[in-house]
Amino acid sequence: MLNEKREFYLALSIQHLNFERRMNLKLRIWRQRDANSKGALVDYEVKVNPHMSFLEMLDELNETLQQKGQEPVAFDHDCREGICGSCNLFINGRPHGPMQTTTCQLHMRHFHEGETVVIEPWRAKAFPIVKDLIVDRSAFDRIVQAGGYISVNTGSARDANEIPIPKIIADEAFNSAACIACGACVAACKNASAMLFVGAQISKLALLPQGKAERKATGRENGGSDGCGGFWSLLQYRGLLG
Amino acid sequence: MKFDSKILEGPLAEKWTKHKFTQKLVNPANKRKYDIIVVGTGLAGASAAASLAELGYNVKAFTYHDSPRRAHSIAAQGGINAAKNYQNDGDSVYRLFYDTIKGGDYRAREGNVYRLAEVSVDIIDQCVAQGVPFAREYGGLLANRSFGGAQVSRTFYARGQTGQQLLLGAYSALSRQVANGKVKMYTRTEVMDIVMVDGKARGIVTRNLITGKVESHAGHAVLLCTGGYGNVFYLSTNALNCNASATWRAHKKGALFANPCFTQIHPTCIPVSGEYQSKLTLMSESLRNDGRVWVPKKAGDKRKPEDIPEAERDYFLERRYPSFGNLVPRDVASRNAKYVCDEGRGVGESGLAVYLDFADAIKRDGMNTISAKYGNLFDMYAMITGEDPYKTPMRIYPAVHYTMGGLWVDYNLMTTVPGLYAMGEANFSDHGANRLGASALMQGLADGYFVIPYTIGDYLATMPADKITVDRPEFKEAETGVVNLVKRLLSINGQKTPGQIHKELGKIMWDYCGMSRSAEGLKSAREKVRALKEEFWRNVKVVGTGDELNLSLEKASRVADFLELGELMIVDALNRNESCGGHFREEYQTEDGEALRDDANYAYVAAWEYKGPNQDAELHKEELIFENVKLTQRSYK
Repeated sequence: MLNEKREFYLALSIQHLNFERRMNLKLRIWRQRDANSKGALVDYEVKVNPHMSFLEMLDELNETLQQKGQEPVAFDHDCREGICGSCNLFINGRPHGPMQTTTCQLHMRHFHEGETVVIEPWRAKAFPIVKDLIVDRSAFDRIVQAGGYISVNTGSARDANEIPIPKIIADEAFNSAACIACGACVAACKNASAMLFVGAQISKLALLPQGKAERKATGRENGGSDGCGGFWSLLQYRGLLG
Repeated sequence: MKFDSKILEGPLAEKWTKHKFTQKLVNPANKRKYDIIVVGTGLAGASAAASLAELGYNVKAFTYHDSPRRAHSIAAQGGINAAKNYQNDGDSVYRLFYDTIKGGDYRAREGNVYRLAEVSVDIIDQCVAQGVPFAREYGGLLANRSFGGAQVSRTFYARGQTGQQLLLGAYSALSRQVANGKVKMYTRTEVMDIVMVDGKARGIVTRNLITGKVESHAGHAVLLCTGGYGNVFYLSTNALNCNASATWRAHKKGALFANPCFTQIHPTCIPVSGEYQSKLTLMSESLRNDGRVWVPKKAGDKRKPEDIPEAERDYFLERRYPSFGNLVPRDVASRNAKYVCDEGRGVGESGLAVYLDFADAIKRDGMNTISAKYGNLFDMYAMITGEDPYKTPMRIYPAVHYTMGGLWVDYNLMTTVPGLYAMGEANFSDHGANRLGASALMQGLADGYFVIPYTIGDYLATMPADKITVDRPEFKEAETGVVNLVKRLLSINGQKTPGQIHKELGKIMWDYCGMSRSAEGLKSAREKVRALKEEFWRNVKVVGTGDELNLSLEKASRVADFLELGELMIVDALNRNESCGGHFREEYQTEDGEALRDDANYAYVAAWEYKGPNQDAELHKEELIFENVKLTQRSYK
């Protein structure tokens, strides 16, 4: 899987290595003043270097806009390493664009001269628009608060090696735990469902032995934010609990 | 200026135990009467907020992100150190202490560093109990790897995403307390000022980043867990929103700023590719376990790496440091990369890069083993550069990564302002002049899980639990200050964007206060930064208004502080007439180009006091006392 993915990136990048240093693109970007205003797609023209990242392309556009006294396009971003989960652009009809990566790891070499690139915010009722391309993803926090944790106070843990966990299980749990909570799964789903996000949280907890003691505990009545159901009821539902 | 590290006399191994016993306690029924403000929700902030709420305190936690889980701790790759000695390879609390003191080039307090090593073992237990999926052996027990500056394997890791997993552990603990109603979480809220009442930190002024609303929050103590100031350099491995405003504004309220010139340049980053570059991407130091660093022996050799025969390659770290080889500490590895590039032997288009080669490791262990260890890092490299590190060596170059300096704190993590604490990268306390790999996560969590819960009670027990309201004049005055700052920034309407000025500042700092510094260069840099600061307040262009989400305004407010902090970094670098750790002064080096410390004159913490706008900061010295380790020239040969 890893190798396939890498070959895929390389094939695509090599195709574009011989590009001119600059290519012309048309951008159609969703602009919306605030949550209550009406938004619209606005056209911009940019010349970009194919080695730039997608967000660096937007940085350059924003610098130009500010120099002209216009407001920059608001978008969420932070680490630019594909791990914080902040960046979330809907590019040409796909979350994070064509490369199955985070927006910050998308590079302009994957676009071609003269292309029109449509940039929209995540489209899901659970993620209301805050401004331009920024949406409110606090629903994810509420889901975790509904029970996505193991109840262990600081200081009460026993020695780490007293809980042996088979490597295969630990690796599998890691795969689920690696979710960055960007919200692309919700944006991609026709029903804007958070099941993939919730599923990732659940399968990590269900695989590991640590939270076992509280799985059948009742009283997690505070669950159920955004229609996702409480954590442990979901565990039951998915047959992950004995 | 009152200045006491509060470290008890007595044997090193007993200091923390004794200290904890001397701390006053707040009884469980009284804890709920105290409100604690936590700024920042990275490893230090989230772990502190959760642990204090578990104890019964009321916590208000603040982040400028949309969720506490986005803090930049999440990007830490390699691992977290702990003296578990699970590998039976000779590790101990004392050895971790020793390695950290030595790695920091003897510019950290013995007592603090020993405590860090001591609680490191509890951190691993805590994280595993929370469900952090650390790497494991087939027997189901925890796996370890080695890291720079150590000869034992004591680093716990979760593939190349250790920071993410540790932060999610702390975030889950925090989420539990939010659900319990013990933590009130404020997202997309930036701290603009610290409010002092009767000489104590009693609250903060914030700006809501969506609505622009300026408001105050009162409490009994304020914890700054706001990270480091690497973004002074513009290009760094920090996230783009990382900034120094909370710590800098605390500094202006009386908190001393310690060792600002101690910045860490990480040796293994993806090299700069163009002017448009917005940040630098780190490749985990763990890669140096298996990758071999080299450049061509001949200057200007432009052949492809695979066409350069073995005999014409210079594995310069293995050659100069046979016993540590590619695993020398970060400062040493970075400086040596700079040397070979200065000699014209750098590789890649810019000549500002060295190779990190996995060919031998792949031959020895097979592609699958290497892919299991570093797969995600190799993918990331391929995605960014368009080159395949399985087939051709990576190109790497040093980049600003971490700041060892920060707000001065005593053993209780309190700054010189009563009731104001600094934790994690925001303080200066444990890493001396150079931080070892996998120690930042350790320190952030040590501060939050295992230090502040013990030390904050000692302070709170001395003050009445009466709440104060934000109607007091101190809060109103601070709010007015923030509103005026916003107005002032918006009214300048000059020619340069905050981003342009930031970039110019970064270039000055990198050229003169980066990997290698000289008195002459630093003096001219100080003039340049002052001129740039003057230009900022005359010529910055901030678009939009104050009562909306305004990225231009946020940036300007942070750059204003970077400019002032940048100058203090230069002043500190100029004051320190020695080379140590990440601070390398060209005038002070041994014959073979190693850092030359001056223990007789500079074995102190330089803590700077703010004296007012355009006034020189005043230097205070905390002498470092070494009772257990012998100061020697660090040798990794």
